[in-house]
Amino acid sequence: METKKTSLYKLHQDHKAKFVEFAGYQMPIQYADGIVEEHKFTRNHSGIFDVSHMGQLFIYGNEDLSKDLEKIFPLDLRNLKLNQSKYSFLMNDDAGIYDDLIITKIKEGFLIILNAACKLNDFKILKKLLNDKYKMILDEKRSLIAIQGPKSVEILNVIVGGVEDLNFMTGNWFSFNEEKIYVTRSGYTGEDGFEISVANDTADEFTRKLIENGAKMIGLGARDTLRLEAGLCLYGHELDKDKTPVEANLRWAISKERISKGDFIGSDIIIKQLNDGVTKVRVGIKPEGRIIAREKTKIFNQSDLYIGEITSGTFGPSVNGPVAMGYVENEFSKKDTKVFLEVRGKKHPANICGLPFYKKSYVKGAI
Amino acid sequence: MSDVKYSKEHEWIKLEGDVATIGITKHATEMLGDIVFTELPEKGSNVEKDGTAGVVESTKAASDVYTPVSGEVVEINQAIVDDPSKINQDPENTAWFFKLKIKDKSEMDSLMNKDDYDKFAKESSS
Repeated sequence: METKKTSLYKLHQDHKAKFVEFAGYQMPIQYADGIVEEHKFTRNHSGIFDVSHMGQLFIYGNEDLSKDLEKIFPLDLRNLKLNQSKYSFLMNDDAGIYDDLIITKIKEGFLIILNAACKLNDFKILKKLLNDKYKMILDEKRSLIAIQGPKSVEILNVIVGGVEDLNFMTGNWFSFNEEKIYVTRSGYTGEDGFEISVANDTADEFTRKLIENGAKMIGLGARDTLRLEAGLCLYGHELDKDKTPVEANLRWAISKERISKGDFIGSDIIIKQLNDGVTKVRVGIKPEGRIIAREKTKIFNQSDLYIGEITSGTFGPSVNGPVAMGYVENEFSKKDTKVFLEVRGKKHPANICGLPFYKKSYVKGAI
Repeated sequence: MSDVKYSKEHEWIKLEGDVATIGITKHATEMLGDIVFTELPEKGSNVEKDGTAGVVESTKAASDVYTPVSGEVVEINQAIVDDPSKINQDPENTAWFFKLKIKDKSEMDSLMNKDDYDKFAKESSS
């Protein structure tokens, strides 16, 4: 299969991107400044991320659609306000995660942002679960641009007046060059920021405007270090079909209301796990020294027994040290539990820690 | 710097008497990106030609560092362990990795000179 290019490919080239193939797309892993500089620039100023490879699924329908989607997602969708977004998951009957996603109520139905590697499969699953009852469009004609970091609101507001009034996890339609763009205040870096759905034809011009106003292009490399410091899961690493939202420590994303009724896919397992507990659970792990424990690093307890595995590990530029997440047996998941990480044949001390590694406050209520 | 030789694994080696100073090339640092972790061999240990003698890690991945010649490690550069970003800043000078008391000078014969290495680096990255 030929690798696809996003609408910003030329712009990436202009900014000296190093490309990698990711989920069938040619994506920039980093630009001329490198991952550490890009990471810090996002934390201190404003970084632009091309996330056009992600799926933008529009499902059109009315109240019936909300009811039908509630059989699939553990969310209180009937009470979701217009332009409000929620983080959720598409699960199988065993509550294993097919994908994690953001679902937003729009006037005509719902907009669901899906992971690039999962989007085609998600589409098939959802189409089947909804019995072909609703019009569904996995929109390839729109690009998705994220702008993240403390200066992002100021920069985006110059180009798209009014975005400063959006609260975290809400969105709205705005216009750019007389074209409709959908902007949500959200992101995946632990910073304040926005994600903008814009027509492919306009994406390049729109992004160049952001750059003119002081934002910089940031690659997937820094996106990974940023999300890891923020303690956020990445599908295929912290999440997959063999892990449930309860094991992934994401129970906050499951509506309490919906659990009490338990009428969604995977609810039997979710309820059982919430009542009886789980055997493995996602935790933050902080190595004591500078050693970096990558994905698949084995974790041992103080008695040298295998207790789990790292799912993501790197060097956190803002933390200025190594950071990792992984799954350990439940009894070793308490904060400050001492564990050992096997890297290149040697065991290195580390501690279970709370997440995130790096914390900033999002814009929540009205100012 | 005519006495500096280069390996296909992108190490440079400078021989003074029977002590060789070894580091990684600028080209290697450009391929690796920001280096955030370094592991060096222990002082007093012996390393074998083409064997691993350390590790460098970028935010993305870990890479082994090989020694282009055999010998006993007589000195290590603690400064690049304490601050690995020094390797990106000055890889072919102050950010050397370790010094070896070498056993067999003829091991140097198979290594490349600067012109050959530059050509090799250009070809291997294209």
